[in-house]
Amino acid sequence: MPMIKPVLSLSNITKTFGRVLANDQVSLDLFPGEIVALLGENGAGKTTLMSILFGHYLADQGEILVRGKALAQGSPRAALSAGVGMVHQHFTLAGNMSVLDNVILGTEPLWGLKTRRRKACKKLEGLMKQFGLKVDPHAQVSALSVGEQQRVEILKVLYRDASILILDEPTAVLTPQEADHLFATLNQLVKGGLSIIFITHKMREVMAASHRCVVLRQGRVVHETPTRDTSPEDLARHMVGQEVEKKARQKLIPGNEVLSLKNISLSGTAGKTGLEHLDLDLRGSEILGIAGVSGNGQSLLADIICGMTLPDKGDILVHGSPMAGPSPGAMVRAGLGRVPDDRTSTGLIADMNLMENMASETYKKMPFSRFGLLNFKAMEKETATRVKHFDVRCPGLNTVVRNLSGGNMQKLILARELSGKPGIILANQPTWGLDVGATAYVHDRLLEAAQNGAGVILISEDLDELFLVADRIQVMSQGHLSPAMDIDDVDREALGLIMAGQGETHAH
Amino acid sequence: MDILQLFLETGFWVAMVRMATPLIFGTLGELICERAGVVNLGIEGIMAAGCMGGWMWVFLGGSLWGGIVFAACIGIAFGMLHSLFAVYLGLSQHVSGLGLTMLGSSLSAFVFRMLLPKATTPPKIVPFAPLDLPVLSHIPFLGEVVFSQTALTLLAFAMVIIVAYILFKTPLGLALRMVGENPMAVEAQGLSVLGLRTAAVCAGSAMMAVGGAFLTLSAFDAYYIGMVNGRGWICIALVVFSSWKPYKALLGCLLFAAFDAVQMRVQQQAGMAIPYQLYLALPYIFSIIALIIMSRKAAYPKALLIPFRKGER
Repeated sequence: MPMIKPVLSLSNITKTFGRVLANDQVSLDLFPGEIVALLGENGAGKTTLMSILFGHYLADQGEILVRGKALAQGSPRAALSAGVGMVHQHFTLAGNMSVLDNVILGTEPLWGLKTRRRKACKKLEGLMKQFGLKVDPHAQVSALSVGEQQRVEILKVLYRDASILILDEPTAVLTPQEADHLFATLNQLVKGGLSIIFITHKMREVMAASHRCVVLRQGRVVHETPTRDTSPEDLARHMVGQEVEKKARQKLIPGNEVLSLKNISLSGTAGKTGLEHLDLDLRGSEILGIAGVSGNGQSLLADIICGMTLPDKGDILVHGSPMAGPSPGAMVRAGLGRVPDDRTSTGLIADMNLMENMASETYKKMPFSRFGLLNFKAMEKETATRVKHFDVRCPGLNTVVRNLSGGNMQKLILARELSGKPGIILANQPTWGLDVGATAYVHDRLLEAAQNGAGVILISEDLDELFLVADRIQVMSQGHLSPAMDIDDVDREALGLIMAGQGETHAH
Repeated sequence: MDILQLFLETGFWVAMVRMATPLIFGTLGELICERAGVVNLGIEGIMAAGCMGGWMWVFLGGSLWGGIVFAACIGIAFGMLHSLFAVYLGLSQHVSGLGLTMLGSSLSAFVFRMLLPKATTPPKIVPFAPLDLPVLSHIPFLGEVVFSQTALTLLAFAMVIIVAYILFKTPLGLALRMVGENPMAVEAQGLSVLGLRTAAVCAGSAMMAVGGAFLTLSAFDAYYIGMVNGRGWICIALVVFSSWKPYKALLGCLLFAAFDAVQMRVQQQAGMAIPYQLYLALPYIFSIIALIIMSRKAAYPKALLIPFRKGER
């Protein structure tokens, strides 16, 4: 399209954080009426680039032109008034307020004597009708489903008459059906004159929704092509930099039941989903996947398995015998290895060093302590062995854990949890925020543990991940857990329907 | 003695409204700060500083309204200090606030002593006179209870209406409430989080200081060291009681003042039979009970106490 002028053009954007080069001479053009997918692994610099465009960060170098005019950097206000709107990965909505309040915030002069609600509401309803984005303007945002909240975010942008829409990982929180609905909406928006950039690392979405795609790797644009001329395999190769091989998963023969939850119920607290009549059986030498959009009760389930929360009703059986008074300590002694979803708050003590974190679970036992005193030599020796074995990259064992990358933190947790050869492993979103390499490493270790006879529960939002490693799968939705299905007997669409199941009827 | 008879006396109701006035200013001030996400524990010290500052202005020959304006300016100065620490530098709101309370309380005592090193009895000034409005002041009961107070009391009632209007009906109010709920949402809409919070803290602190000034310029006619006497802390409790709503805050202030007024009367009448400290404790006990009942489902501003740092997720 040489004749048409781009509505947005980023040229030679460079941004460093400390010694990390997040964006290196990135140039990107967006033409009117097109959807561009910005593709790349976690940490490839996609979000940084868009944050610069939207004024959250200042670029070290480079220029941004909107319709040929230079955009003042470092100011969300300038971006907004130039017609650039952004839907963040983590929504920027106030839950205690109405949809209308969230939309009109900042659109009227601050010192106005009265908010013109009726007029604003009319405009909002007009936009909803025009683009098929239905939400009750007077509903409280916290009462909306995630899909509806995303619609509010899009409406916020449209309300400001933006012509360029940026979506950061818009499908991360959606069910497959909601995602398809979003893509339909995007097409409608483009027909209405907008131009869209959406950020993703999922190939399926690029193929389904974009006209053109740009691949970032290590902060650089490595590939740019019309979507119809490419294939998922081709894109994956550019994203990772080499051919990704699909490992053939070898089926294991499952052993005895190692963990059972029988009819577990837990009432929800304010605004949080409870659990209703959960049944779960985990056998040795298998990986049981728990699918579902986060926030449907997965964290409560994980807490119950870890002994952090006691269920109101129901039994927990370990190796066939009921746990009397499960507590975190009792569960660890019963052979549970835990990989929590929040690495820096419940997984590790971020301000302590590697050795201390390694000993944090078994510090009372040999070899870490003798006669009630810590044995630092043994701690150092053991930590060094495990760190080497699990390939944790760190400047030294005295390094404070906070300074490690996400992938290395996760490896450290695995080193601590798996070294004791636990019979039951609970991995809650273990690859969240990790790059492809670290993700593959985590998968390999979990598969290895299963091969060695452990039962693994893998809670994940990422269906691709579950299809890759799980043997059986259960779906969590609104505090319910579906019966277990063999992974070879289910497909993505079926799982999506179960994930959405009660989700839609619950919404207002 | 008969408690019921007490409620029939107009004098009791007059006392209640008078005693509620400094609480109304203080509670509204704290409410504005907290709606924007900043707890201001400096309130006790800011009231003390306003109390002293207002009195000093008048004592040194200024006008009464001049004293009120001066007190408000002192409040703004303290608000700026709190904003610097708790908003711009993102430090602990508790530590900064408690520091301000110590600074405000002791600085006002210090300045008072510097001004009058030898005074044994605090010198008096001529405070605000009770209003005598045409018609309004002559309405039976209401005229005496509300419209025959000093102008500051009427100002306090007006402030309740003004603050409620600004918070819930204007774009500025929406932005202030939003900045206490989710600052990221405010920034994403192109407004300045730090600016809004600073404005709220300064405006709130000014009101607290005016509440303090009421004590020396209207309720009494002299300054005593320590005369704020915990009213600031009560205001903080009243904000929770009010669920961060101005009209409920007014109700809470009147209720607490009523307890206090009852306590004073009963104490006078009952004599020495029961230790007077028990009576002094009564309003606090009642307010604790009221807090427990009212605040169980209070929806506090979600971003309260959380500092905002640009670019941090």
